[in-house]
Amino acid sequence: MKINVTVNNRERVFDISPDEYLLDTLREHGFLSVKRGCDNSSCGVCTVLLDNKPVASCTLLTIKTEGCHITTVEGISKDAEKLSEHMGDEGADQCGFCNPSLALTMYALKQENPHPTDDEIKKYLVGNLCRCTGYQSQVISIRKCLEDDE
Amino acid sequence: MKIKNYYKTSNLEDAYKMLLDDKQNIIIGGGAWLKLTKKIVETAIDITPANLNEIIETKDSIEIGAMTSLHQIEINKALQSHCNGILCEAISHIMGMGIRNIATIGGSVMGKYSFSDILTPLLVMDTSLVFHNYGEISLEEFMNIKRFDKDILVRVIIKKDNRKGYFHKVQKTALDFAVINFAVSKKNKIRIFVGSRPSIAIEPLKAVEYINNQKVVNDEVIATTASIAANEMKLGSNSRAGSEYRKSLVEVYIKRGLKEVMSNEN
Ligand SMILES: Cc1cc2nc3c(=O)[nH]c(=O)nc-3n(C[C@H](O)[C@H](O)[C@H](O)COP(=O)(O)OP(=O)(O)OC[C@H]3O[C@@H](n4cnc5c(N)ncnc54)[C@H](O)[C@@H]3O)c2cc1C
Repeated sequence: MKINVTVNNRERVFDISPDEYLLDTLREHGFLSVKRGCDNSSCGVCTVLLDNKPVASCTLLTIKTEGCHITTVEGISKDAEKLSEHMGDEGADQCGFCNPSLALTMYALKQENPHPTDDEIKKYLVGNLCRCTGYQSQVISIRKCLEDDE
Repeated sequence: MKIKNYYKTSNLEDAYKMLLDDKQNIIIGGGAWLKLTKKIVETAIDITPANLNEIIETKDSIEIGAMTSLHQIEINKALQSHCNGILCEAISHIMGMGIRNIATIGGSVMGKYSFSDILTPLLVMDTSLVFHNYGEISLEEFMNIKRFDKDILVRVIIKKDNRKGYFHKVQKTALDFAVINFAVSKKNKIRIFVGSRPSIAIEPLKAVEYINNQKVVNDEVIATTASIAANEMKLGSNSRAGSEYRKSLVEVYIKRGLKEVMSNEN
């Protein structure tokens, strides 16, 4: 079956099966920044934005995204680059596997709550696992990134 | 989960007919839980076009469409202020945003999950369910029916009644199921539900009857209530905790919950 979606502001037609998950569809179409981690909704590395909200693409049936706007990290490259610089400065970055999902989650947080407290940042990040760094340096990077926008 | 066909409709009667058409036809909510199952689905019926993803506040109640996502509930102002926001609080501890933006209230109620952090707070509030065919039924009654006929949950209605509330999830890590969870509310009467025991949420009836029959609720009455609850409740063991540990938690958290809802009362 065919569905129409917009990915990073470009209209696309995906030919999918009814039980195909968005992670598979996106990776098949070359969006390799969307990572496969646990594949059971737990690690967050497959996060994309669906109409600006973070979703675990491993758990979302592609068919449910018909008519929606999907954003991968390429669609928010300026924000992602800025976060990446702060993460480098803070030592919050090692293998980089979780960076795209972290940047997308931060972007969504900014839309929903432009002036979050550190606790709100931490709560919003639950479900974005990182196996390299402690989480503190990530929170500091995000805080600095959000402060740049003020 | 394997899905052979997918049918999207805004017409609930069509969806209902299709649901009854084949044993393996199902209504799909967010599909988050279904993904983890081994179900073979003949036709997955998606009622997203029926616009059941809204929360409407009326004078007397808050109505949540069955397709409303958990995160929509978590940030809804009316629900944040009703019953001390216990439903929002409970939801905020379920997995991460990536799942709470997918999972729906409909799937959360219909699954009757034993580990549910959502049913426990809903049960201490005045909550009813509206089904396409059956019509309205209280959540409590629904929970007591072992085999509810196939139907479509259309909305969840929470009566606004200035109730005080308390919720607590005992959790080992942020992404884990509850070791056990508690909800307590007070309006004219006190309600207490304990979920993830590890089985489905129930009320410690003797304890609730005891406390509701007291003229004055002081620390001693609260302690006795908690102790009755810990002794009467069937608690099990699983990989998260043993029944003895759960029993200790029941006593501690029921006490805390009661103190919280009774504060500024005596
Ligand atoms: C990895 C993971 C961890 C979780 N951890 C927790 C946790 O710690 N605590 C907690 O409380 N919950 C937890 N949940 C459950 C979650 O909160 C939801 O309750 C669950 O995902 C069901 O919602 P859904 O929209 O995904 O339902 P679906 O998976 O779409 O459906 C679930 C069931 O409900 C039926 N259904 C759905 N909508 C309707 C309807 N409108 N009418 C009739 N039948 C319907 C379906 O046919 C199916 O049988 C977790 C879920 C996942 C995936």
